[in-house]
Amino acid sequence: MSKKQWFFAIFVVLAGMVIVFAPLPVHATAPTQRTFRVEASQYTYSPAILKVNPGDIISIELISTDVVHGLYVDEYGISVTADPGQTARLTFTADKPGSFRFRCNVTCGALHPFMIGKLQVGPNTWLWRASGLTVLAALAILILRPSPPKAQVT
Amino acid sequence: MRSDLTRFPFVKSLLKNRWPQFLVWFVMLAGFLFAILSGFFGTPVGNRNFGIVFVWIAWWAVLILVAVPFFGRGWCSVCPIPLPGEWLQRGAIMNPPGKKPRWFNLRWPNKLRNIWLQNLTFTLVALFSSVILTTPKVTSIVLAAMLFLAIGMSIVFERRTFCRYLCPVGGFIGLYAQAAPMELRVKNKQVCLACKDKPCYNGSEAGYGCPWDVFPGGLTKNTYCGLCMECLRTCPYDNISVNTRPFSADLSKPSGRMDEAFKAFIMLGAAMIYAGVLLGPWGKIKLAAYSVGSLSWFGYTAVFLAFIFGLLPALFLGAVGIGKVLTKSTLALKQSFTAFATAIVPLGLMFWVAFSLSFVLTNAAYIFSSLSDPFGWGWDLFGTAAISWQPYLTSLLLPLQTGVLVGGLLWTARTTQKVGSKVNISPIPVIIFSTVVTLTMLGLLL
Repeated sequence: MSKKQWFFAIFVVLAGMVIVFAPLPVHATAPTQRTFRVEASQYTYSPAILKVNPGDIISIELISTDVVHGLYVDEYGISVTADPGQTARLTFTADKPGSFRFRCNVTCGALHPFMIGKLQVGPNTWLWRASGLTVLAALAILILRPSPPKAQVT
Repeated sequence: MRSDLTRFPFVKSLLKNRWPQFLVWFVMLAGFLFAILSGFFGTPVGNRNFGIVFVWIAWWAVLILVAVPFFGRGWCSVCPIPLPGEWLQRGAIMNPPGKKPRWFNLRWPNKLRNIWLQNLTFTLVALFSSVILTTPKVTSIVLAAMLFLAIGMSIVFERRTFCRYLCPVGGFIGLYAQAAPMELRVKNKQVCLACKDKPCYNGSEAGYGCPWDVFPGGLTKNTYCGLCMECLRTCPYDNISVNTRPFSADLSKPSGRMDEAFKAFIMLGAAMIYAGVLLGPWGKIKLAAYSVGSLSWFGYTAVFLAFIFGLLPALFLGAVGIGKVLTKSTLALKQSFTAFATAIVPLGLMFWVAFSLSFVLTNAAYIFSSLSDPFGWGWDLFGTAAISWQPYLTSLLLPLQTGVLVGGLLWTARTTQKVGSKVNISPIPVIIFSTVVTLTMLGLLL
């Protein structure tokens, strides 16, 4: 690699670090109490995507319409179990921003391991950062290409 | 850049001696048969059944996260599926019996000497995967069918025809083995040319002729070498080496085969569909994929097939076509398409790694309980039956998946540039295609 290319490579690494670690502007909103009524049936949650703001106090009312289902929120490490026809409540503060899967934690049938929903606390910043990294990587390799194609021989 | 592992006497004797491989085979075969039994006689609850948990979580994790990326066809060298058929075909378990093969010993038809059938068998397994992955009895039926099919084909045809032309797993292992940093090659091709009897292919008293129907002297890529080590045993000139090498060494030689090109698209597309269907929050699509025979399942099947065999290759073909226009290339579109398809092999492999990380880390806890209670009969063999489910390392999942996918894109983009310079076609549109599918995969996983 030439000196110029080395400088460019260092620039790309620094840009990548900025994309991954730079703090993003926070649109602060006053925490509110939010209640979601989530119906669980084999093998789906309805609604399956819950969007809240960081700091909100979330109350999930889990209602199972067929067999016993659970709801475990990844990284929050909290869960609730609902018997058929019964309502179970899970209350917590959404103090971790990002996108998290929630999933059934009570064996409920064949597709149980894939009974999954999504809790989005604020914007899905990790997806934006990852997308930025992807585009940066593609641009970097296009600019750092080894040599242009030679003239067609055949 | 290559380092011959057989120069170490210990490694060489480990690979040449039949016993170490046989012991691993024995354990694998016992585990495989046990998995079949547990599916038939154990609990119908998938995540409590040894067959489901050990095949689709433990084995799959080892295969896709370790074995394929680092050892290529390393799994094929210890796979238990072809063993009973091969033993029957040879009339021996260990050393060559010194007589002609039994049974019909037919050659596989020339028209089928490609991986289209493997593309078909993988697609079939993929279409029914929501049921296969989750229903112990169905998993057992599929595993037993593979075992009996391998036995039947060993009786009718020569060598390992099942592995080479039909195994749904072997097809994609062969594809991704090209990217692995390990290979079996000859040390000096001139030695092979001068060799009269070609015992590596025809067999000798020292060992069997290549079960994979490959002449090692002609090996240029990993795709069809099953790393069974027979040629290491039979070569009278000590001309076989097992090398470590840089990742993706084979991918610098673009493929010219449409069956291999489509294998790359089937794998890339299937990883994306699995990420959306199995790991996404859309319950109706999960149910459609699971309800085999229903109208919604036919709809799912149509979308699955259209995406894998239609949309993805069509977009890729468009990208290759634009690249041709940009560089005014006169190379046939078909050749350009198959050449560039080689470049998406690393991306497909990394898609599978990213998908599997999520699937494996969130379900690995089931391994402990099913190990102690493999049939779900209330046993507690190792005191781990009561370990409750919880996902592992979910805080690392997003950074890991991002790293894997971005790394996969870089790897594929670099390979695309190499292919582009070989065929004198601009790689830029294919790199843009790879970027778009990577962004889509990120959207599905994150």
